[in-house]
Amino acid sequence: MNSLADQLLVLVMLINFVVLGSSRLAFCIQAVAAQGVILGLLPGIIHPFSWHLAGITACILLAKGLIIPWLINDATRKAQIKREVEPFVGYVTTLLLGAVFTAMAFVFAERLPLAPAHKDLLVVPASIATLLTGFLVLTTRRKAISQVIGYLVLENGIFIFGLLLTEAMPVMVEAGVLLDLLVGIFVMGIVINQISHEFSTIDTSLLSALKEES
Amino acid sequence: MLYAFVLFPLVGALAAWVIPSQRLRPRILPVVGAVHLAITLAVLADTPPLSPEGWVGLDPLGKIVLLSISLLFLACAVYAVGYLAYRQERSNRVLCMGVLVCLSAMTLVTMSRHLGLLWVALETTTVSMAPLVYFNKNARSIEATWKYLLICSVGIALALLGLFFLAYSTIVAGQIEPTLLLDPLIASAGKLHPAWLHAAFIFLLVGFGSKMGLAPLHTWKPDAYGEAPGLVGALLSGGLVNCAFLAVLRVYQICAASGAELVFFRNALMALGFVSMAFAAVFMVRQTDFKRMLAWSSVEHVGILAVALGLGKGALFGALFHVLNNGLSKGVLFLSSGNIHRSYNSKTTDVVRGALRRLPWSGALFLAGFIAITGSPPFSPFLSEYQIVSSAFMQGSGRAGAAFLLLLAVVFIGMASTVLPLVLGDPPKELQASEYRERFLTVGPPLFLMGIILMLGVWIPEPLLVLLRDGAALLEATR
Repeated sequence: MNSLADQLLVLVMLINFVVLGSSRLAFCIQAVAAQGVILGLLPGIIHPFSWHLAGITACILLAKGLIIPWLINDATRKAQIKREVEPFVGYVTTLLLGAVFTAMAFVFAERLPLAPAHKDLLVVPASIATLLTGFLVLTTRRKAISQVIGYLVLENGIFIFGLLLTEAMPVMVEAGVLLDLLVGIFVMGIVINQISHEFSTIDTSLLSALKEES
Repeated sequence: MLYAFVLFPLVGALAAWVIPSQRLRPRILPVVGAVHLAITLAVLADTPPLSPEGWVGLDPLGKIVLLSISLLFLACAVYAVGYLAYRQERSNRVLCMGVLVCLSAMTLVTMSRHLGLLWVALETTTVSMAPLVYFNKNARSIEATWKYLLICSVGIALALLGLFFLAYSTIVAGQIEPTLLLDPLIASAGKLHPAWLHAAFIFLLVGFGSKMGLAPLHTWKPDAYGEAPGLVGALLSGGLVNCAFLAVLRVYQICAASGAELVFFRNALMALGFVSMAFAAVFMVRQTDFKRMLAWSSVEHVGILAVALGLGKGALFGALFHVLNNGLSKGVLFLSSGNIHRSYNSKTTDVVRGALRRLPWSGALFLAGFIAITGSPPFSPFLSEYQIVSSAFMQGSGRAGAAFLLLLAVVFIGMASTVLPLVLGDPPKELQASEYRERFLTVGPPLFLMGIILMLGVWIPEPLLVLLRDGAALLEATR
């Protein structure tokens, strides 16, 4: 089953590039949702069946595939924006950087002292690559919604690493992490609405009134 | 028993949601706060045993933080009744609920023995405070909320990755049951895989450090503290900071048990601590916004805590004592500054002058809080800071001690240059009269906290002394 898991992880990394290269926010949100769904399916593929696993898979699919995309879409619709217009760094540059980061993730993962059972899996490079992509989106985009998408991609990257540790992470904690993520996105969605209400845009570079006076 | 303790503030939150009256709703807060303090004192005197699966239990470190949170919360809760009476134009439902949910999560942080549970509780405190920072609903507060939410969420996500690394180090090491429970981790710390452990500590420090507001990850702090209402600022700087510090202490415990990592972790803490103090010293000078000044003071004091941990040995006692002192002094400062802000309707020093004349109680409390927080006798922060400095010199790290004293002096001068003109002199003549009057509900709580700080500066009760010593002993390197 591990080859299937690896193929899905490659797909996850390809989705990273979709998020990096697309200016249409609705498309980005769908891409992140698809990424979340794939990640939700992965534990079921890697590990043998158990009710605990089925429950957590259902929760992840529901949260990452349905609720979170719906929350962000809702915020986008209310703020009436469709595109990330002027990122701080252009799309071509971020795509190239994303490629460099992914390559670096593979080189780096080669050198990590992994447990023998995990040596041949793509989990660690995929995790690092996704994490770095999330950071890239967070730091290079202006729109608040793009930053939320970046945060989600970052969380997805961390989640991939979590695949290696289902023994150490009890269900309660996994559910708690998911719930916190959900509520966090919910609150961010509300804040985005308020930003668009107050500034008639959700360009976060306008959020610069608070600084030290020199 | 302990689970019920965590859950009962949530019942209060539910009640706050149901009660329709603007005027009656805030009164839930002091009730919950008083019961919380009573239970806290009860569990401090007679500690319930660890829960069967080992997830929830109180140790001396958790008790110290729990005590500081409970005292501060009660003061803030009473204050909230008085404060919200002046803010009838805004719905206070979200504020009351958020504060209570946060109290529940903070209580859970203090008693988590499972690092995953600790993480979940800590993230809950972050999210539940976000709508409170946005209480004033204007452009500036929304900017502050966004920065706070995004930086803290990303920071705490990195801490989760650090926890994963920590769990992975148990898997790679083999022979050990993979777990994130604190006690087995400490017991087997020496056998964990060193490379993964190292990576875990870096990510945990960055993650929890950004939540604590250690420089250079402090950028959200002046904005959030500056724009939030005074009582939210008090809870952020005295409650959430202490919770994040407890998380760092847990990591430190594992470090101390693993032995090999301790030197690295101490040096990293020391460096971050001094950078924080230096940032605070630079930005404190000529600060015109007194709430932002308090935020920089908070950055300085998390720096002090980090330096004390980095020094180790005798400074550990000072660090734990300072957790209590800093939380309570910040309560005094933020609550009294909230009163001043209300009365002058401004928080910049070009308008706010002569607070002692206009508001004798709040002005005096603000001045006393300033004297306490900068480490002057007879208040308790003096004792804890003295303990840290003397430990630095006794360990032979004279350079660290000297740098520490120098930075404290610069901060003192910087803070004095803002505080003294603010409280002394005459209020500006063109200032309009305000509806704010000094009442027991808004002056009593900071006075109560000030009283505790003064008492601890003169006399530390025996049980507290034992608690602090036990806590410091837990942090001592065992190998």
